[in-house]
Order: sequence, then structure tokens, then C-alpha cells
Amino acid sequence: MAAAALTGLTLAAAREKLRAREIGAVELTHAHLEAMAAARDLNAFVLETPERALEMAAAAGRRLKAGEALPLDGLPIAVKDLFATDGVRTTACSRILDDFTPTYESTVTAKLWAAGAVMLGKVNMDEFAMGSANITSAFGPVKNPWRAKSGPSAGKDLVPGGSSGGSAAAVAARLALAATGTDTGGSIRQPAAFCGVAGIKPTYGRCSRWGIVAFASSLDQAGPIARTVEDCALMLGAMAGHDPKDSTSIDVAVPDYTAALKRGVKGLRVGIPKEYRVDGMPPAIDALWRQGAGWLAAEGAEIVEVSLPLSKYALPVYYIVAPAEASSNLARYDGIRYGLRVPGEDLVDTYEKTRAAGFGAEVRRRIMIGTYVLSAGYYDAYYLRAQKVRARIAADFRAAYEKCDVLLAPATPSAAFALGEKQDDPIAMYLNDVFTVPASLAGLPAMALPAGLSPEGLPLGLQLVGRAFDEETVFAAAAALERAAGFTAVP
Amino acid sequence: MNDMALGEIYTGHVSTRADDDNPAGNLLDGDTGKWEIVVGLEVHAQVASEAKLFSGASAAFGGAPNSHVSLVDAAMPGMLPVINAECVRQAVRTGLGLEAQINLRSVFDRKNYFYPDLPAGYQISQFKQPIVGAGKVVVDMPDGRAVTVAIERLHLEQDAGKSLHDQQPGKSYIDLNRAGVALMEIVSRPDLRSGDEAAAYLAKLRTILRYIGSCDGDMSQGSMRADVNVSVHKPGTTLGTRCEIKNVNSVRFVRQAVEYEARRQIGILEGGGTIVQETRLFDTDRGETRLMRSKEEAHDYRYFPDPDLLPLVLSQGDVDELARGLPELPDARKARFTSEYGLSPYDATVLTGERARADFFEAVLGRTDGKPARDPKTASNWVASELIGRLNKDGREIDESQVTAAQLGGLLDLIADGTITGRIAKDVFDEMFATGTDAAAIVEANGLRQIADTGELEAVVEKIIADNPGQAEQYRVGKTSVAGWFTGQAMKATRGKANPQIVNEILARKLGGG
Repeated sequence: MAAAALTGLTLAAAREKLRAREIGAVELTHAHLEAMAAARDLNAFVLETPERALEMAAAAGRRLKAGEALPLDGLPIAVKDLFATDGVRTTACSRILDDFTPTYESTVTAKLWAAGAVMLGKVNMDEFAMGSANITSAFGPVKNPWRAKSGPSAGKDLVPGGSSGGSAAAVAARLALAATGTDTGGSIRQPAAFCGVAGIKPTYGRCSRWGIVAFASSLDQAGPIARTVEDCALMLGAMAGHDPKDSTSIDVAVPDYTAALKRGVKGLRVGIPKEYRVDGMPPAIDALWRQGAGWLAAEGAEIVEVSLPLSKYALPVYYIVAPAEASSNLARYDGIRYGLRVPGEDLVDTYEKTRAAGFGAEVRRRIMIGTYVLSAGYYDAYYLRAQKVRARIAADFRAAYEKCDVLLAPATPSAAFALGEKQDDPIAMYLNDVFTVPASLAGLPAMALPAGLSPEGLPLGLQLVGRAFDEETVFAAAAALERAAGFTAVP
Repeated sequence: MNDMALGEIYTGHVSTRADDDNPAGNLLDGDTGKWEIVVGLEVHAQVASEAKLFSGASAAFGGAPNSHVSLVDAAMPGMLPVINAECVRQAVRTGLGLEAQINLRSVFDRKNYFYPDLPAGYQISQFKQPIVGAGKVVVDMPDGRAVTVAIERLHLEQDAGKSLHDQQPGKSYIDLNRAGVALMEIVSRPDLRSGDEAAAYLAKLRTILRYIGSCDGDMSQGSMRADVNVSVHKPGTTLGTRCEIKNVNSVRFVRQAVEYEARRQIGILEGGGTIVQETRLFDTDRGETRLMRSKEEAHDYRYFPDPDLLPLVLSQGDVDELARGLPELPDARKARFTSEYGLSPYDATVLTGERARADFFEAVLGRTDGKPARDPKTASNWVASELIGRLNKDGREIDESQVTAAQLGGLLDLIADGTITGRIAKDVFDEMFATGTDAAAIVEANGLRQIADTGELEAVVEKIIADNPGQAEQYRVGKTSVAGWFTGQAMKATRGKANPQIVNEILARKLGGG
């Protein structure tokens, strides 16, 4: 097969062809390594690991040949640079980690390698996963492979979304069959939507956080970004599972997600949260949302309007809780044991110089916010109140699931915007996550998938939010939407 | 949230002790009259466990620097804490031993501050919801008073590593072996009124922890250390401003630190000054306290629940199970030793001061048909006076004794059945203590059996009377006190083996005109 045909395969299709010995694992990996080399201007990868990739592909090839194929054998994927990879530089795309090379492998990536997947390299992201445009990375911004055909952004480089911008761009540009991502407030779903690919943030506790550089511990979840719902189901099946090394990982069985894809939506109650009709939402997104509901209704789903009254507080709550946890999680980057150290006059001076040089502006901003909301005299007014509202938001969702089985909403309030836009306005940037943050606060599984194009020719995504640990219903509804939408556009 | 400003666990100077419950001897004389000292302790006790509180690394003392350090302890990126269930069990057992409320739901918080020996930049501790709530410790003072000290709380937390500043000029080294080791912080109310009481409280707490086995109590290795809160005031007035003396690591130093600090504060107050709330250090070489940091320099610890850990939830069944497995504690054992064995309070205190001593004593005693197999008072004398006395001289504890409980029991049996005399028994014991040999073997090898044969002893007595006519005459004219001298001579002649009762009978008969 031609290289372009190989990289154009879905993960599921490549899996079948490898097993049928129609293509070879090394050949498949080669094609992706070539595509990566040819697309370096996207800046999707911060570290390519071709030797390791070819080694892993060769081993997979031997197993495939012997008829001992592992679930993801020989499938080349990219890894967000937030996952610790044994012997492979891991930076969270921050200067503060410098050339930090872990001696350990994150649980999620270890499970992927145990399933036979091939690591192509580490992909770009917002520094410490803090951002919605992949513009805060120490390695520079990632370009979205999509270009607007008209409108104010026409001809300009667009952002891929963030923080898993490198993951989404690499998958969209056919540089990897799939990628790992992490989602704290929308970091899988928003870039997936911006890049016209699919991504799922599973239930909090579904994937182990062990070995993933922490941003906000009560929100961080790993999940896959891939080009189809089925590909996401295959990836998540390998990534999920209880891990005794993560006290917040939950000991429940991982179902066969691919089986759920064929369930259909007949009789499924799909909730439309009325509070998500926000002011200033582009008509194309509103129309797509209605269209999505229509598609599901046509497949036999029952559409019901539900209320999530506290949704409007989700962003403020998120921007208290996440920075608070981050301010504490990032205290370990002090220049003492690993990573960057900028020597100073004394200890405090060393701390200050190291952290000033090591952290970018957005990370510093969030550390300051987080430190403030936890400080004496402000804790009750901010952190404690935010936690109370967070509990109410989760209760809102539970109430909504009395009336429906899954929620349908837009993934983002806009299509991808031009690089440089919103750069100096953190609030405008934070608004990107208005539709993704509520599910994060409630710890619920949520998936974004491409469902249409904006008038400018940019992908737009829909989002499905399910009950805790009910990824199967999310996958079932997403598969139905995907079939109905018939999204085949490529960058 | 003002109580969070300093990140203090200590609720403040709220004593549970009655205002008039303080003997005059505890008051200090100043130039302006009597002063009352008020002391509360925050004791950090290292949990006896193989592994650290949240990592699998060894919690053993010593080891080459940074040899007991896991990825979690070093706060490598992406590492997560997992609670060590054994540490939780030990904290609950300790809480039960302090007759305290066990909180079935407790929460771990992060206490945030930057220091190189705190790799994560926060210590995992328990702030608002500790695992153990209010309890008490009864402290027996040498003058016979029993002081009840209220325990405010006990919580689990991580120890920090160690900074070494004196290895090389201009450099500091960090040893993370202790980083993450489990500590129990046991917070008392300010119910103590003197350095002696504070010292006795710490000693009693140590005894309780060692009975329970939740802490080895080895203060020289840092297994227990106390933050001592001291204030002074005139009796009948409101409590004074306190100063906290950090990391005092022996019972003796606690006494010294309290006494020095109280004197220092009285000096300031009587000189017209005011006490400023501050944290101080105890200089063990000079026996004085020094300023460490003032209240203004105190950290804002920004406590918040650790999102990496779920709330710790116990069932009442778990707690009941642990309660059933608890050993008899020192107060109960002491009460039983006086009531069941008729021991004096002093002997009972000595014998129950260490669980190993009490166990040893009861092993010497033995049991048949539910009753002591040997005489408790005799056993108490031998264990408390002879054995413990000698071990103390050598600086050893009873579990380091070369004389086993069974061996000491054997010696007691030889005395009880008349095989040896009490005097010979001391010589036998000397050899047992020196060589660890059984009493019976020593008696046989040295021919130390008691001579109770009347004919043999009569011959001895007759010879002594014949050889000492002067003394015999004195007796006969009424100076009967020389009888003791004759007994001594008889014992000397038989090298202590003579049965003294029989010797006395013979003497009375022979000298009395027989």
C-alpha cells in the first residue's frame, strides 16, 4: 500500500489489515514516521522516537506473524508529553522540567505498550496542560492542520485547541492513528473538536493517573483522541482499568466498549441542557446541535429538554479549583532534585529564579490564582465555596439523568480560531471550555466527535455526556451520531 | 479562617484542668509573687511500621543517605500517594489506648510550604478531620498525685527529610530517608503545670505507645519528639501568651525547656515587657531556648484536602476488632498488680512502667489453676529490686537480661522449698546474672544446698560455743542480744548454707542451759 493510504487508515481498519497480514507493522510505522517528518511545520511532535517505534513495530510484527496478536498490536500512536515514558524525555512542555527523563512509565502508556501499540513520539501540549489553544507550550504553538476557506481567519494559521493540541493535530494530520490525551476541563474534547477528530474523557477514576504529570488532581483524566468513535473505543479499552497505585482509580470492570457501538439509540433518552444555549453562540453551532438531536431522534432516540441550572457557575468554579490544586501540585518543581535550576544568592532566591525562568506566563498566572484562593482569609470565600458549588453541579447532573440517559451539547462555542487571537485575554480563552468544564467538575464521561463544518469550512464537534462509568451509552450514542453525520472531510 | 493563618493544630490555650487543681509546689516564685506555668505538648511519634505512610519505601532508621527513598518520596512528576493500612491501624490502636474517640471518617490535607527536605512542597497531614479525637492520659506524679491530661486529637502525617548544612561550606545536602515516614501527632490540652508534669506526661505517653506497640518510643533516634507550648500567668488570672518550643527530643529536655522558658517569660513580664507569640528552639548544650521565628514570619500553609487521596473511612467493626486485639494497658495492669497480687503502688509502678517488665514479672510468677504459682511479693522483690536494679546499673532493659523469667522462677522455687537459704540465693543470683546459668546447676556445682540436718548443725553450734566461752557467758548472764552474733558465726562456718531457724533453735537450747 502507498504510504498515504496507510496513514489514512482508521485505527480499526489498520488493525484488521495487520491481522489479515495485508500490511506489515513496520511498514505502517514507517509510513507514519515519514508523515511526521514531512509535517514538522505543524510542530505537533516535541520528540520523535523513530528507533523505539521501529523496534516496537518489529516486535509487533513478529507476534502478528506468529498469530499471537495483542489487542493493539503494531498500531502507531502518539503520546502527550504529560505522560511519563521510561527513558524518553518527558517535559509537560515546560522549561521547568528541562530534559527530565523518567525512570518509570505511566500506567496508561504501560497498558498501551502491553497491548502492542507502537510509540511514535511525544506530542506537544499547553504547558502543564494549562491552555485551550496550545500556545503556552515551551516548544512553541502547534498549528491546526485545518485552514479556513473564508471569513476573517482565512489563510491564517489556526490553533488546534488545547491542551492536547499536539495529540489532536497529529491525529487529524494523519501523523498517528491515535494519541493519548488528558482532559482536566476539556483538554481532550475541545482540541478534538477544533481538529475534526474524536476524543473521550472517561469517568474520573476510570484511567489511572499514576505517571501522568499532575495539573489538577481531582479533575485530570487520561483518554484517547482518534479519528473515529470506534478507534476511541479500542484505545480506551486498553487504557482503562483499576490501578492500586492511584487511590482515586476505581475498581470496576472495564466493559468491551466496541460492543456498545452497535447498540443503537432506539429508546435512548437524550437530554438537551437548556442552559447550554449561551449568548453569542454562532448560528452554525446551534444548527448543528439541533441537527444532532434530529439525527438521534431519527434513529429512535427520545429527545428531552433537561436543566442544569448551575452550569453558568462551572467556569468560575473550575478556575478556582483547578488553579488551587495546580498551585500545590507544581510546588515540587523547585530546582532541587530534577529539571531546571537557576542558582540564586540563597535558597529563596534559587526558588524564585528557577520558577520564574521555568514556568510560562499562564502557569504563573494559575499558580498565583491558586495560591490566592487557598490563602488564609480567602479559603472559605473561594475554595470552600467553589467545592460546594461543584457538589451542586454534580447533583444537577444526577437530577438530569433521572430524565435522560445521555446529554447532547456542542463541544465548543466556536470553531478553531487564528493563532494569536485571544492570546492576551485569558477570560476569552477560558470561555472556550464553557461546554466541557461542567462534565469535568462532575467527573462524568464525555466525548467530542466531528459532526459538521462551519461556513468557513472548519470542523465543528458535538459532545455527549454520560452517567458516571457509563461510557458505553456515550459510545453507543456517539456511534449513531457519527453514522448519521457522515463526516468525511479532511484537512 | 483565622485559625488557619498559622496553620496551627493546637486549638489554643484552653485547659480542661480546674483552676485550683495545682499544688503550691508547682508555682514559681518571682519578684512580684507566685507564677503558674501552663504547658501543652504536641508529640510526634513515629508509627512502628515497615513502610512509610504513603510509599512502599522502608521506614527503618538509619541506612545510607537517600537509600530509603521511593519515587513518591522524592516527589517525581506524576507520582501518587497510597495509604499504608498498617499505619492507619496503629493510629486507631493508639487512639483506643488514649481512651479517645475514633473518627470513622477522616481526611488527609496538604500543608503547603517550600523547603528542600519537603520534596512535594507540601506535607500530607490531617487538619480539620483527624483520625482520632478527644481522649485522655492519666499521669502519676511521684508525690502521689494523679494528673489527668486531656488529649485533644491524634492525626497521621508525613515526616520531612533531613537537611545537612554542615557537610561542606556553602552547600546543603538533603537526606530523604525520613521523608514520608508516618508520624502520629498527639496534641494535649494545656493541662500540665510544671516541667516535672510535662516530663512525666511525655514518659507516660511513651509507656502507653510502647505497650500498644504503635511506636518504639526511641527518643534518641527521633522516634518521639515534642513541641512544647509554655505560658505563665499569675494564679487566678487569664492564661498568658504562649511560646512554642520545637522538636524537644527527651523527657529530661522537656523538663529543662519548660523550666527555662517559664523563667524567661517571668523575667520579661516582671521587667515590664510582654510575651510575643513565637516559635523557639531548645539548645541542649546551653539548656536554654532561642528564637526560631516570630508569629509574623509564620507560614500560611494553605491547607486543603489532598485530591490524590479519598477520605479515610473505617467501619465500627474494624475499630472493634482492633480494640479486641489491644493489650492490657499500663493503668489497668498497675491496678491489677496492686489488687490481685497485693503489691505496693510503688512496686506496681516500677513493674508496669514497661510492658516487657510486667510481662517478665508475670512470667516469673507463673500461673496454676488461675492463681499465681509463686509468691507475688517475693517475685516482685526479685524482679523489681534485684534484676531491674542491676540492669539499670548496666543501662540495660529487661528484654536484654541474660537471666530468663523461667530461670528466675527456678531460683525462687529453690528458696521456697528450702533447698537454699535467702543469703545463698543472692550469691546464686550473682552467678546467674553473670553467666546466665540455671540456679539449680549453680547450687549443685558449688554444693550450696541448705544444711537443715539438726545433728550436723548441733556439732557446728557446739564448736562455736566451746571456742567462744566469753560470749556464751554474756548470754547466760542475760545479754541475749549476742544470739545474733552466734547465728552469724554459724552461717559463716557453713558458708551461709545453714538453715537460720534451726541454728537459732539449737542456740537457744544450748546456751539456755541445755
